[in-house]
Amino acid sequence: MQILMAVILGALFGFVLQRIGAADPDKIIDMLRLRDPHLMKTILTGIGVGSILLFIGLALGLVDSGHLSVKTMDWSVVFGGALMGVGWAISGYCPGTGVAATFSKGLDALFFLLGGLTGAGIYTLLYGSLADTFLMNPLFGGKMTLAQTGIYSALLPKIPGWIPAVIIGVLFIVGTILLPKTDSEPVNSRDSHV
Amino acid sequence: MYWNWKTGGVILGLTFFLAVALVKPIGVSTQFVIADGIVAGAVNPDLVQRDDQAKSGFRSTNAYLNKSGGKYAKSVANPVNYGFIFVIFMAVGGLLGHLMDRNRRPGFPDSPIPDVHVQRFGHSRTLRFALAFFGGVIVLAGARLAGGCSSGHMMSGIMQTSVSGYVFAAAAFLAAIPTAMLIYRR
Repeated sequence: MQILMAVILGALFGFVLQRIGAADPDKIIDMLRLRDPHLMKTILTGIGVGSILLFIGLALGLVDSGHLSVKTMDWSVVFGGALMGVGWAISGYCPGTGVAATFSKGLDALFFLLGGLTGAGIYTLLYGSLADTFLMNPLFGGKMTLAQTGIYSALLPKIPGWIPAVIIGVLFIVGTILLPKTDSEPVNSRDSHV
Repeated sequence: MYWNWKTGGVILGLTFFLAVALVKPIGVSTQFVIADGIVAGAVNPDLVQRDDQAKSGFRSTNAYLNKSGGKYAKSVANPVNYGFIFVIFMAVGGLLGHLMDRNRRPGFPDSPIPDVHVQRFGHSRTLRFALAFFGGVIVLAGARLAGGCSSGHMMSGIMQTSVSGYVFAAAAFLAAIPTAMLIYRR
């Protein structure tokens, strides 16, 4: 059953990444060099919609809070995030979009994936010597959320989780208005609006 | 042609919600470690072994695979698990999405190398493939150090209002925007 879920949800996610343009290095790099806000707006809307649905689902008891998984906050998140950002800007891929682009981008994606396997391998070998350093000491209580989830400690413990979560979710969606307008039609002919 | 951002954003949000509601938050970068482990395990059979004392039932001679009671070691020993199959089928879904796009560019792959690269560096495929490879090394080393990537930390994390998710997104964009502007110009 779990495997069937993996097949369906994995294929759905890859499909969606492809159709929103995230599996296209041109779209990623044009977002990062602030030329095309299309993908940024899609991502902000996606996070907002996902967050609102999730917290309303939790509040109504439709979503099992045991399914949540919050990652530890420590210095490695800061350094690792920045490192990933640099590689993301150079290649135009992140791990998920590189996988989704395997067939549509051919060799280009394949070189990224081979690099990714190499990078993951390097980290796997280095982990032993990084494990006990300051990088892995939890900050802000480690696994912490803003809104109450019922299982992690929250920065806003007195308020029902769905209230701040819905407010933040709406802000993410409304925030897209602040970004420049995007002409949604010529996304495959970037050259036209240089 | 890609979906407009309103349609795309809503469907992207629904996808992330569906994954948490049905199973767990989406994450991808861990599976690069599992794939490495599967390959390394084929070369060195001692890498991952059964161990009834371990929480997962498996242990590894590698500290990372052995972490959290041998969680990753177990996935390496059983590649047919949720996380790994999920990522394999992402490639299939990506292909379907590409083929079902009636307005896609002709050719397969649709472009041998990205337009931004051609505009900045010309038609050298060798340079582009080197950048894609090198970028991949940094992306996965960084994502594993951080404990997640754009999917796990940024999308799934922020969606749960996780503190580490916001910090990861800030660090990634603050590094990525100047890098992209420096390399590819505006």
